[in-house]
Amino acid sequence: MSKKSFRQAINEALAQEMERDPRVVIMGEDIAGGLGAPGEDDAWGGVLGVTKGLMGKFGRERVLDTPITESGFIGAAAGAALRGLRPVAELMFVDFMGVCFDQIFNQAAKFRYMFGGKATTPLVIRTMFGAGFRAASQHSQCLYPIFTHIPGLKVVIPSSPYEAKGLLIQAIRDDDPVVFFEHKVMYDVEEEVPDEPYAIPFGEARFVREGDDVTIVAFGRMVSLASQAAEALAKEGVSCSVIDPRTTSPLDLPTILESVRETGRLVLVDEASPRCNLATDISAQVAEQAFDALKAPIRMVSPPHTPVPFAPALEDEFVPNAEKIAAAVRSTMRAPSKQAAE
Amino acid sequence: MAMSRALQLSREDLLRAYRQMRTIREFEERVHAEFATGEIPGFVHLYAGEEASAVGVCMHLTDKDAIASTHRGHGHCIAKGCDVHGMMAEIYGRKSGLCAGKGGSMHIADVSKGMLGANGIVGGGAPLACGAALAAKTLKTGGVAVAFGGDGASNQGTTAESMNLATVWKLPVIFVLEDNGYAESTASGWSVGGDAIKRAEGFGIPGVRVDGHDFFAVHDAAGEAIERTRSGGGPSFLHLKLNRYYGHFEGDGQAYRRDGEVARLRAEIDTLDRFRRRVTEAKLLEENDLAGVDREVLALIEDSVRTAKSAAAPKSADLLTDVYLSY
Repeated sequence: MSKKSFRQAINEALAQEMERDPRVVIMGEDIAGGLGAPGEDDAWGGVLGVTKGLMGKFGRERVLDTPITESGFIGAAAGAALRGLRPVAELMFVDFMGVCFDQIFNQAAKFRYMFGGKATTPLVIRTMFGAGFRAASQHSQCLYPIFTHIPGLKVVIPSSPYEAKGLLIQAIRDDDPVVFFEHKVMYDVEEEVPDEPYAIPFGEARFVREGDDVTIVAFGRMVSLASQAAEALAKEGVSCSVIDPRTTSPLDLPTILESVRETGRLVLVDEASPRCNLATDISAQVAEQAFDALKAPIRMVSPPHTPVPFAPALEDEFVPNAEKIAAAVRSTMRAPSKQAAE
Repeated sequence: MAMSRALQLSREDLLRAYRQMRTIREFEERVHAEFATGEIPGFVHLYAGEEASAVGVCMHLTDKDAIASTHRGHGHCIAKGCDVHGMMAEIYGRKSGLCAGKGGSMHIADVSKGMLGANGIVGGGAPLACGAALAAKTLKTGGVAVAFGGDGASNQGTTAESMNLATVWKLPVIFVLEDNGYAESTASGWSVGGDAIKRAEGFGIPGVRVDGHDFFAVHDAAGEAIERTRSGGGPSFLHLKLNRYYGHFEGDGQAYRRDGEVARLRAEIDTLDRFRRRVTEAKLLEENDLAGVDREVLALIEDSVRTAKSAAAPKSADLLTDVYLSY
């Protein structure tokens, strides 16, 4: 056990799985970098350094730099998965799904069903997402709701270094196609992470904290912001549960419903655009299955329905923060239905 | 002119080639007839006329080799060894179909035979073939992959991306362009800019143009290309000029074709007629041998339709299975 960054935890998961299973190969643009150039080999180790050093350990046969050709190599990863490899492909920024989505949702996601259960596609797509990097509209989106929408894909959003390592190891060992979302603002976040390999199962939400008054469900980077909000609210006498679902597909709805039945209040925190995101999805399912338990309207904390802006002043306004989450929680405590119940 | 290597095939191989091409033809003629009765759901794209391509290429492949196919995939399936009964049942949407009735005509596959699926997306297969080739290369199986695609697919970015990736990664993949002159209803003469061979050469891939109705020419060219690629020579490209006998899909009125175009093709350049003439004139096979194959194939197709029609549909519980291995 030692302190590791989100970046190191992911790198270690990749290295340990490549060590364990020779069928695991990684591919992507500049994942080593410098290929064919006069300077250093492994010049980048990925655009933000996540895969640094893996080329030196495992060689060019298993650390495959690609041209900038997302349809080409994401499709190749899907085809290779059908034929005995276990590829981990890096789609540098999830925004680039726009040039390769066919290979993900029409091909990889559907093989098993379309082929009557006779195909196995153990493919992982790692991708960076999220705002806060001053990277503007084409390098900052969340987009995981779009992947969650597709039957056949599993979707993972780790919220900490510990979570990232265990969930990535599970993703690589999983026999279904998995899309693994890494929030780029979190790469330098550190915490204690075991040195040995471990897998965290999909579809099992974790309680970050437990409380009696309000259930907060948050994803990825929003989990730590929700925890900060819960910390502040505790001082005001409001006790919150914070749930990190870990995976949006499969989604651990039973755990969320159980918590809502205990607290009677639900706040959903989702960094994705507000229409048809995870907040609206879970809100609908809770309303359908636990309407009787609600003491107040469900609140959703998401950015406005705009592209991600560039100017720091605008981006800071765009992204949900602990204050906005706390305000949403307080509003559930003030709801008329709650007062009526008292 | 050097004698075609295909003409030097053994009697068994010639019979096998003829049997496969005849099976594809009868399969498609029968699906055409049965589709008109309304019993086959959805829509189908028939391969009749293009038989020499699938068979001439796939005769050089084994189960360790993979192919990625197209929406017009029945011929590729048969040539790669898919079970004909399973295919027909799949087209009828039966539980006993090759894909348990969940794929249909456009998604027939048998991964165990290296048939990575017909594909509903034009141009969708080439990246998958690159991946199959990468797996063969990394796992050192000695296998190759073939990406079949039409003139329509040749204009998709995925085809260009895959050709570039194949060269950059030195993949054992062969790109086979089945140029039947029409991308849906649009003529390839109008829609394909430049020259297909030069496009491939632009990516560093040597290409050959072949008469796609001449089994022997296709077999020879494919043999050389596959041998070259299999022995580490890098990706190869074949441009097969051929014609389809039916529309883009069944029900296509084909108003875009000349009157009598298909009748002339059938009368003048039919792949199976030409094959028969070549092998009988060269005294490699007797008319009797070929007629025997015709009878066997007709019986096979008849039986496949009969069993498909009487087979059970999937049960409602099947709707929910096989989305994931675990969820």
